[in-house]
Amino acid sequence: MAKARRICHLLFRFLAFSATLASVIVMTTSHERTSFLTLSIEAKYTISPAFKYFVIAYSIVTVYGFLVLFLPRESLLWRLVVALDLVFTMLLISSISAALAIAYVGKKGNNHAGWLPICDQVSKFCDRVTGALAAGFAAVIIYIVLLLHSIHTVLDPLLLRKP
Amino acid sequence: MASANGDKVEFGFNTVPMTKQKKDWIHLSLRVVAFLATASATIVMATNKQTKSFAVATIGTTPIRATLTAKFSHTPAFVFFVVANGNASLHNLVMITMDILGTKLDCKGLRLALIAILDLMVVTLASAGDGAATFMSELGKNGNSHARWNKICDKFEPYCNRGGIALITSFIGNILLLIITVMSIIKLLKLNRINHVAP
Repeated sequence: MAKARRICHLLFRFLAFSATLASVIVMTTSHERTSFLTLSIEAKYTISPAFKYFVIAYSIVTVYGFLVLFLPRESLLWRLVVALDLVFTMLLISSISAALAIAYVGKKGNNHAGWLPICDQVSKFCDRVTGALAAGFAAVIIYIVLLLHSIHTVLDPLLLRKP
Repeated sequence: MASANGDKVEFGFNTVPMTKQKKDWIHLSLRVVAFLATASATIVMATNKQTKSFAVATIGTTPIRATLTAKFSHTPAFVFFVVANGNASLHNLVMITMDILGTKLDCKGLRLALIAILDLMVVTLASAGDGAATFMSELGKNGNSHARWNKICDKFEPYCNRGGIALITSFIGNILLLIITVMSIIKLLKLNRINHVAP
């Protein structure tokens, strides 16, 4: 029973790690260059600081997720994992929120500010960014569940364990 | 959880009676400051509006003027910011009220766990709102040359300044909320040392 729980927990952490890794890879390899009339647009993730923040935040969490997979079962560092889970969940959700805000402007434009949507011209780039954001959302949800699970396992707030 | 000889067993939830615990003034005062910060961020952003008329063309000697309005509701990111900060301030208000008026409420022993979990949820929501609003304001301030989006802050400077103030106050509230969350979780840790499941 305990072994099954541990395997389930490790599987969840591996899923979170792979979701963050996937979103980083998809976002960094999204690159499109089109030219219409006399203008040429090159769309990469570096055109917007929000996308750069997204890539940086998710790569940090990827490295963290990879390291936590190798933490031995009875280590004192699990308390640090609880704290770091909280901090990294906040980082993830803030970066995906920022990237989503900019991507929304890119897709729908903003009439009041006079910003035209760019997704018509660089549709492949837009699709890849959408994919990266979807993987990012899955990672955020899994990290929130992992955070609650860490608190339940390490801190035992409901006092279900015998001393 | 009954023992072998059939005695009635009590769960060890919060067996220290709540009335004997000392009031945590630091926690309460941090919550009050966080409530003020998030509430002011909500209010400043929600009342952020500026109307300005521009001369767009000239016919003969009379210029044609067009009136443009900048409101917070034009941008979904700012709407989310207002909603998230409103949520955070409401949560802080409820927690302050519970702390002052409802110290006897124990929620079947789950009080501290509930406070910690709700704090976690609210701090993540508040940081999401902050992130979105920060980058939308950065876009409004600097524009984006690759996507050919012009900056708007040179024309609507008071609007941008007020938005910046709301953002800064919201950041302060977010940091305080994080500290409060950490304190709530530490309270859970301390509780475990004191109470045991009665066999």
